[in-house]
This record gives sequence, structure tokens and C-alpha cells, in this order.
Amino acid sequence: MALFNNHLGNRTAKYTRNTILVILLLLFAMATIFPIYFMIMSSFGDPVEAGAVSYSIWPSKFSLESYKFFFAFSEYSYRWILNSLVVATVVMVSNVVFATMAGYAFSKIQFRGRNVLFAILLAAMMIPYQVTQVPLYILIVNIFEIQNTYSALIMPTLVTVYNIFLAKQFMGTIPKEILESAKVEGCNQFQIFVKIIMPLSKTVMAVMAILTFMETWNTFFWPFLVTNTMDMQTIQVGLKNFRFANTTYFAPMMAGATISAVPMFILFFSLQRYFLEGVTVGAVKG
Amino acid sequence: MARASNVKNRLNRGDGAWAYAFIAIALVVYALFTAYPVVSAFLVSFQEYRPLGSEYIGFDNYSGIFASELFWKAIMNTLVYTVLTVPVALIISFAVAIAIMPLKKWAQTTFKAIYYLPAVASGVALSVVWLWIYDPLPGGILNQLIGMLGIPSQNWLGASSTSMFSLVLMSWLSSHGTSIIIYVAALLGIDESYYEAAEIDGATFWQKMWHIVLPCLKPTTLFLLVTGVIGSFQVFQNAYLMTGGGPDHSTTMVGLLIFDTAFKYFEFGKAAAQSLVLAAIIGVIAFIQFKFLGKDVEY
Repeated sequence: MALFNNHLGNRTAKYTRNTILVILLLLFAMATIFPIYFMIMSSFGDPVEAGAVSYSIWPSKFSLESYKFFFAFSEYSYRWILNSLVVATVVMVSNVVFATMAGYAFSKIQFRGRNVLFAILLAAMMIPYQVTQVPLYILIVNIFEIQNTYSALIMPTLVTVYNIFLAKQFMGTIPKEILESAKVEGCNQFQIFVKIIMPLSKTVMAVMAILTFMETWNTFFWPFLVTNTMDMQTIQVGLKNFRFANTTYFAPMMAGATISAVPMFILFFSLQRYFLEGVTVGAVKG
Repeated sequence: MARASNVKNRLNRGDGAWAYAFIAIALVVYALFTAYPVVSAFLVSFQEYRPLGSEYIGFDNYSGIFASELFWKAIMNTLVYTVLTVPVALIISFAVAIAIMPLKKWAQTTFKAIYYLPAVASGVALSVVWLWIYDPLPGGILNQLIGMLGIPSQNWLGASSTSMFSLVLMSWLSSHGTSIIIYVAALLGIDESYYEAAEIDGATFWQKMWHIVLPCLKPTTLFLLVTGVIGSFQVFQNAYLMTGGGPDHSTTMVGLLIFDTAFKYFEFGKAAAQSLVLAAIIGVIAFIQFKFLGKDVEY
């Protein structure tokens, strides 16, 4: 980068400068990932009460007893992971399908009321979620009476405005000549969507899928509000239950936290490119 | 000309119907789970909510809020939290993004991934870990660390003098991944020719920083500032999971107060009124930020 004077000055100066920068970055990186390191490392300790352990920041022991302890806490502990998986998968698929469709319509098809409708959708992004939370809870629990079901966990986030916005932004870059020539060839809008738009939008669909899956997996308050039996809870709610029931069991708590977090780490490291891309889509303009 | 538009009209026939079909599901979900709740929040905020037959009580919920000492305390706490977290996070992210720039591509990617990692972990998992880092016993990790510096052990989350700081520290170390990535992308987007022109004029690193980088990153900074403040005003998950708002309401944020009003005391009407007041405050703050900082920023 030419912000730094790479070709001025001598090599040693440049080398020293980069070394100092890397050391500073490494220190900050260590502070950032220390909690995660500490969590995973401590989860392999023995499931004894906190009074009996002294924390150490170095791994001293490798045992899976704390994981067994965590899973033994409730007969539904495996079910929590399954529930999270089911909810996150359904929400992910429906968002990818419906947000891509809506994004295409808003970005490439002329229809009456398009701008007004899109403006109304966007306005929702300005509203803090506390505003909708109480009425949404009343709707699901008192009006629809579907608390403690998968529907209650899934329905409110079937399609999010953010994802529609993401899709629309991305599709703005697809040249409309392609779509016009497809029309001349006799394609209807559905065929255009399936045969042209979807193949060209793979990146944004992947970004959407990953971010939506992660957000749904990690979400805590909504499942916490609408579930009231352990068999319907997600892993995040289960982890919270475990924490409040076993306030002194350090290593098992870390094991639980690791279980709730590690699937996302695996996803992140295998699909890093899409994560990092997803963050910048829609944020940086020009 | 007339013919061309005729052909076009024929080609576009039926598009409207397809468009409505494509957005149908999205609109239904939006109407049910966003639009209806917003309207309902307004209505409920004027009621004393009961599952069977609510009672209309006019502005009582609102006047109750402004008369409540706890509400103002929660606003203060939220403000303090925002002022301590958002600008610091921006400065840290900016400095890190600048420091990353001269590195090789693979090193940049590795650092970005590391800094982003806490954003991937679930909030509940992180809160559980930090709870133990803040263990008040002398053997707690953070107490060991400050012990090395000769500072006596603290009751981090349990004392009202340190509880807010503890939440802030946690935020400093776990919520900058997104802004670092956005800053790096923005830095890479600055046209090389600006730097070249500056170098011909003999500009130093700091001059380039001041005259090129800062103006070019102003839109990004504004974006991060506005979204950061809006986000921070809604934050309460860590407070809920780690301190429960205590001790002595020293970490009760507005978001947590609304949550407690609704789901601990089941005063839905009052909670709805509180949430609308929060929405208004956020709206005003976002407006002010755009007005004063966004003068020459184009969106």
C-alpha cells in the first residue's frame, strides 16, 4: 500500500516497522481470542466444583468428563443441538429462497408500487427490535397460541428485510441486457429467475445462507421467550439453563459453551471467504 | 419508436404478476411479524394490557416512564456504555486496519479472521466464559493478571463501581471484528493515485493520513458510528446474562429495562411505551449524527 512509503527509506527501516506492527497486531489478537482459547482449553478439565480448581491458562489435562457431565445434565441435551440445527436450517433455506426472489423483483422488475413497498421494508430496519418484541410475543403466544413449537421459533424470521436488501444490492450489478435477451427468447420471469439470476447470484446466496444460519444458531432471547419445556429449547437456551443450575461447575460450563460455539467456528474456518465478504456487502459504498 | 415500446410492452406483459408472486411471501412475513407488531406496539402502549380485555389508559404509561427514576438511570447507563464503547471500538478498529495494510495478503486475511472470531461465537457462550474471567476470587483470571501489576483483587461484576466497566471491557475485546473488516475494505478502495500525487509533493505518512485517508474514510466512519450507536442503544444481552442489571441497577440498560418490564413483571403496555421512547431517542440521535457529521457525505 502506498499509504506507507514502501519504496522510500531503506530495507531495514521497513523491516523494523513491519515487525513492530506485527507484534502489536499479535498482542491485540491474543487479547481477542484469549476468551475462546480459555473456553476450549478449560473444557477438557475435570468436572469438579469451582472451589477445587485453580484456573490456569495452560492446558494441564485432557479429559472428556466435563462434556459427559454437560450432556448428563438433561435428557434433552442432544435434542437442544438438534433443535438448533433444525431451526437454523429451515430459516436459512427459506431466507435464501424468498429473499433472493424478493430481491430480484425489487431490483429488476418494474411493477406498480415497487419503490413505495421497498421504502416501507427499509423503514423496518430503523426500528429497534424491542419495539416489535412484545407485540410479537403476544401474537405468537396469546393469539396464535403456538408457543413451544418449531413454528414459533422459525416463523418470525422466515424472510428478513436485511437479506432482501442484500440480494437487491447484489443483483443491481447484473446487466439488464441479459434479462432482456432471455425475454426475447421467450423466457418468462420464473425461468429467468431460475436459469439466469440464481446461477449468477451464487455468491450472495452463499453469504446470506451462512450469515443467516449463524445468526439463527446464536440467537438466544427469542427461543428463550417462546419455549417453556426443555425438549423444545435450542442449545443457547439450554446452555443458559445449565449455567443457572450449576453455577459452580466451571469445566462443564466451558464444555457447554464450547459445544454451542464450535459448530460456528468450523463453519467459519471452512467458509471464511463468504463470512468476510458478507460483512462488507452493503456497508462499503464507493 | 412507438414500435419499439410496443415490443417492450409485449415482452414485459405479465411481469407485474410475477413480481407480486416473488415478493408475496416476503410481504406476508413482513406484514405479520414486523408491520403488525409496530402498529400493535403503539396501541398497546396506551393500554394496561391484560390477555382478556385490556383497558385504555391514555398517556399513563408514558407519564409513568418519565416519572420513573429507574428509567432515567437506565438511559444514563446506556449513554455511558455507548460513549465508552462505540468511539473506542472505532479507534481500535481504525488503528488495526491501518496497521494491517502493509502486510502480505495472507497475513491480512489471517488477522481479519482472528479478530472476527468472537463475532462468530454465540453471545451466551462468550458471556459464560467472561463470567469466569471476572471471577471475584483472587484466583480468577483477571484478578491474577492485575495481581501481577500489584493491584488488589476486584469484585468485577459484583460491585457497582466496576460492573459497568467490566461490560465495557468485554465489548472492547470482542466486538471490533466487523468494523476492522469494513475499514480494511474501505482502505483498499482508496485510489492509489491520491497517494502517488501526495508522494510527488513530498507528503509524509501523517500528512497522507490526515489529508487523504481520513477524508476518504469519513463515510465509512459515519456508517460505523451510526450503526454502532444504534446497536449499542439496544444492547442488553450481556447485561442480562452476566449481571442481570445489577448490582443496584448499575448495569440496567434501557433494553434490559424493557425486557424486565415485559417478561419479568408482565406489564406489556408499559414495556411497549418504553420501547417507543427508546425508538424515538435512537431516531433523534441518528438524525443528529447525520445532520452534523454527514454534511459532505453522499449516500
